[in-house]
Amino acid sequence: MSSVDVAVKTRNSMRATDITDPNYFHKVVDCQWACPTHTPVPEYIRLVAQGRYTDAYMLNWESNVFPGILGRTCDRPCEPACRRGRLEDKPVAICRLKRVAADYRGDVSGLLPKIPKKKNGKRIALLGAGPASLTVARDLMPLGYSCVLFEKDPRGGGLMRTNIPSFRLPEKVINEEVDMILDMGVEARFGHEVTSLKSILDEGFDGVFVGTGAPRGKDLNIPGREEAAKNIHIGIDWLTSVAFEHVKKIGKRVVVIGGGNTAMDCCRSAIRLGGKDVRVTVRSPRADMKASDWEIEDAEREGIPIFDNHQPSEFIVENGKLAGVKFARMSAEYDKDGRRKLIPTGEELIFECDDVLMAIGQDNAFPWIERDIGLEFGEWDMPVVDKTTMMSTRAGVFFGGDAGWGPENIIWAVAHGHQAAISIDLYCSGQSLTASRPAPGISLVSQKMGLHEWSYANDYSEDSRVAVPHVATKKSLKNLKVEVELGYDVKLALEEAERCLNCDVQTVFVRNLCIECDACVDICPVDCINFTANGEEQDLRQSLRVPAVNEEQDLYISDQLKTGRIMAKDEDLCLHCGLCAERCPTGAWDMQKFTYVERQANPAGQVNCMAYIS
Amino acid sequence: MTYMKKPNVRHPGLRKNELGLTRRDYEGLVSTLCAGCGHDSISAAIIEACFELDLPAHRLAKLSGIGCSSKTPTYFLNRSHGFNSVHGRMPSIATGANLANRDLIYLGVSGDGDTASIGLGQFCHAMRRRVNMIYIVENNGTYGLTKGQFSATSDRVSKSKKGEANLFEAIDLCTLAIHLGAGFVARGFSGDKNHLVPLIKAAFRYNGFAFIDIVSPCVTFNDHEDSTKSYDYVRAHNEAMDRLDLVPEREEITAQAEEGQTTTVRMHDGSLMRLHKLDDSYDPRDSESALTTLRKRYAKGQVVTGLLHIDDQDTDLHKLLGTTSQPLNAVPMSELCPGNAELAKINKGFR
Ligand SMILES: Cc1cc2nc3c(=O)[nH]c(=O)nc-3n(C[C@H](O)[C@H](O)[C@H](O)COP(=O)(O)OP(=O)(O)OC[C@H]3O[C@@H](n4cnc5c(N)ncnc54)[C@H](O)[C@@H]3O)c2cc1C
Ligand SMILES: Cc1ncc(C[n+]2csc(CCOP(=O)(O)OP(=O)(O)O)c2C)c(N)n1
Ligand code: SF4
Ligand code: SF4
Ligand code: SF4
Ligand SMILES: [Mg+2]
Repeated sequence: MSSVDVAVKTRNSMRATDITDPNYFHKVVDCQWACPTHTPVPEYIRLVAQGRYTDAYMLNWESNVFPGILGRTCDRPCEPACRRGRLEDKPVAICRLKRVAADYRGDVSGLLPKIPKKKNGKRIALLGAGPASLTVARDLMPLGYSCVLFEKDPRGGGLMRTNIPSFRLPEKVINEEVDMILDMGVEARFGHEVTSLKSILDEGFDGVFVGTGAPRGKDLNIPGREEAAKNIHIGIDWLTSVAFEHVKKIGKRVVVIGGGNTAMDCCRSAIRLGGKDVRVTVRSPRADMKASDWEIEDAEREGIPIFDNHQPSEFIVENGKLAGVKFARMSAEYDKDGRRKLIPTGEELIFECDDVLMAIGQDNAFPWIERDIGLEFGEWDMPVVDKTTMMSTRAGVFFGGDAGWGPENIIWAVAHGHQAAISIDLYCSGQSLTASRPAPGISLVSQKMGLHEWSYANDYSEDSRVAVPHVATKKSLKNLKVEVELGYDVKLALEEAERCLNCDVQTVFVRNLCIECDACVDICPVDCINFTANGEEQDLRQSLRVPAVNEEQDLYISDQLKTGRIMAKDEDLCLHCGLCAERCPTGAWDMQKFTYVERQANPAGQVNCMAYIS
Repeated sequence: MTYMKKPNVRHPGLRKNELGLTRRDYEGLVSTLCAGCGHDSISAAIIEACFELDLPAHRLAKLSGIGCSSKTPTYFLNRSHGFNSVHGRMPSIATGANLANRDLIYLGVSGDGDTASIGLGQFCHAMRRRVNMIYIVENNGTYGLTKGQFSATSDRVSKSKKGEANLFEAIDLCTLAIHLGAGFVARGFSGDKNHLVPLIKAAFRYNGFAFIDIVSPCVTFNDHEDSTKSYDYVRAHNEAMDRLDLVPEREEITAQAEEGQTTTVRMHDGSLMRLHKLDDSYDPRDSESALTTLRKRYAKGQVVTGLLHIDDQDTDLHKLLGTTSQPLNAVPMSELCPGNAELAKINKGFR
């Protein structure tokens, strides 16, 4: 008898992993899984490393439509998800590598989808020219749809153009990527504010997409608001005026109220338009600020102080003019459920100032949608929209982006746009919006080239995250239009790209080849692999070489081996280094590239994505 | 083998021992042996044992001869002392080193060729002399490094990879060790670390000559169907005699051991070794019964593993010779080399 613990198959033992389930390996590619449009991140990073910038750009463009814009501004949900961040290291600079693809790409005009001369006879109205609507147009135009875009502003791009300051996102980049879509033959009615949905519907469109965003900046009704109105500005409206150059300067002393990304853009714009003493004030403790860490960092690098726990209580008016803001100092207390309560400490103070910028959030506003046209509104006066199909309760009317779900970000607006386009296409051809949605394209292909050769760079880079070079602060503060970030050069980009772990190259285990020699267990640098008795998931997680405490990450489980044990791999920290496969004498481990492509309305427009999965 | 070095990055949740070290701190260079070689698993078991015993690496010396097995000290404990000697001569190096510095822990790693063929004489004398060391044979029944000739531990019934018959009887190293007075004799299997690691730990705690014969499949030359040292064969014929627990001195003994099935041995450093016997037909403290069991089981084609024999008389070469209690490098020069006058006196005594 062997002393090996022979597995006792209990009813609750874990089942062998079904790696044909598209979600299993997709989840292992943390960045792609976290990306709302499921951009094939590791693939484009490899293309960047190979200097194939145009290919990298097109792969991005097909997935997320605005690589140049997003490579500078994306909220990058992929980065907090990046596996490297769990290895006592910083995530790969996924976003800025996207910018590299955009910066160094060649001419892509010949690579864009062809627009059929003969239209399919369907007319779609797109309300608002933000990223959500533009994505719908991009997906539908190549299918022969006629798209009519209604936009109250004189140019397209939505908040990307009107609110994201040009020192973060140069106008040229917006123009290029917005024009790529408009040039497909979209009929754009700029300067046309929609004041009645009913009248649009009356025009007899085959489908209507509402992508009007969340256009109303929140206000603060405290004493002095009316008297000082001339010098109190709603952040998003003020940024729009700056973008369209209606506003070119601001007072010397500026108080910004709010702690989100809008506040960061306001303060950084103010300091470029003549502000000398610009302060950001937030009611909550700093740790709870809504702004992304990197945006706060950028503001502070420019010398802008942040005052937390400051709740505004009054606008001080002297001689009929704003003279300052009075604040109550707050302190945060947490109850046993972790809920926060802000309690005034009793201390009050005044910041003298010439102007106030209010950046305390945005609301949706649909005064132009009639309430008697079968389009239901629910909580917070938001339209009732289906999460999968993006359709409202009125057939043929779809929502997406900030208009559908409240203020979010560009990449979510794009993701909604793709889904809405799929629905509109299905709707117009009389198919089910749910049952007929296209399944993702996947493939799994061995990367073995030779005995210890793989078609990807499997060696682990120990380098830390490469910082993006900036222009001198002195220079950029002088001119609103000077882009702060210079972007990586080719050499830095390569260095950063090498940090990517290639999480899409999966460890695939073939049970009947394994002789249980333990070679893979011993070589694995991060102790992922175990041969052990099966059991309930919780027990199993605890019993591994290093307990698998991150429950968001799956265990890869095999069927029983010869000794009665199972192979259990904790996917959490796998470096995808391939050492297990190099060590295995029988080839029971193989490194296989898993590709995943989220289908869009127009598969013919996903040429690069298709090449990537084939 | 792999060409890439094992990255330094490690699991942030890796356990630390009393010295604040992780298992990774006991590793060596990346192995250049064939992928799947049993020897690599033994290296991993040694790493695990040293980590669990909180051994400070600089108090340990690794000694070996020639062979794939003898190469392995490069692949573990790269912060320890090491000596890679001539083929079959590791026991003399170990004896000399041990006499010179009794304070280090000596870990000899050898192969069945290195020990049972060219080094057999040296091996026997080290045991006779009760050198205080751990002596591991990574036994694959073949000369791996020289491409698969039969070794002296190949079983009579075993065939070579090409199908040639083996003409000679095997030397059973455990039997030999018990005969020659090794105080701690065990057999393990590289493919069963749960069983092997405690054996290695116990050997580290033993004062005297501790011998472990570890069956270790050679995936390249001796892992075929007609081999008795293949993964499959050993798994099918492995008979574990016992399961070991090492209870460190500092830990309270909580669970009361069931009588009869459990033998408790107090090691010389105060820790307790508990042996849960899975077979009560023999008594590991009685060498006669151990030898009988080994012989009978071997005749049945079984591969007996476990702690086969333990002798708890606390003796080693230094005790037998009555040497100084200090390592020689700590003895003052005036005592170590008392000068010409003293030499003349000694010489006079022989006249
Ligand atoms: C200051 C600021 C900075 C931001 N920075 C970032 C960032 O760095 N990264 C990021 O990912 N996101 C950022 N965002 C959020 C991001 O801009 C939005 O989430 C995104 O633009 C939403 O896209 P959308 O298509 O839904 O709507 P929008 O971009 O808001 O576009 C809606 C369009 O509809 C038009 N419109 C509205 N009502 C009507 C009407 N009745 N008739 C005609 N046209 C109408 C508007 O003029 C606008 O052009 C920022 C937002 C703000 C306010
Ligand atoms: C004096 C001398 N004779 C012969 C050799 C050739 N030689 C090298 S290794 C080896 C056998 C090693 O067998 P083993 O100890 O079982 O090690 P393995 O490679 O199987 O682990 C031999 C005969 C040598 N190196 N030196
Ligand atoms: S690829 Fe294999 S060896 Fe490398 S970290 Fe993942 S499981 Fe471990
Ligand atoms: S290295 Fe290969 S054969 Fe050996 S235990 Fe791992 S998977 Fe199994
Ligand atoms: S030849 Fe045999 S003993 Fe030598 S490394 Fe290869 S498998 Fe191991
Ligand atoms: Mg050998």
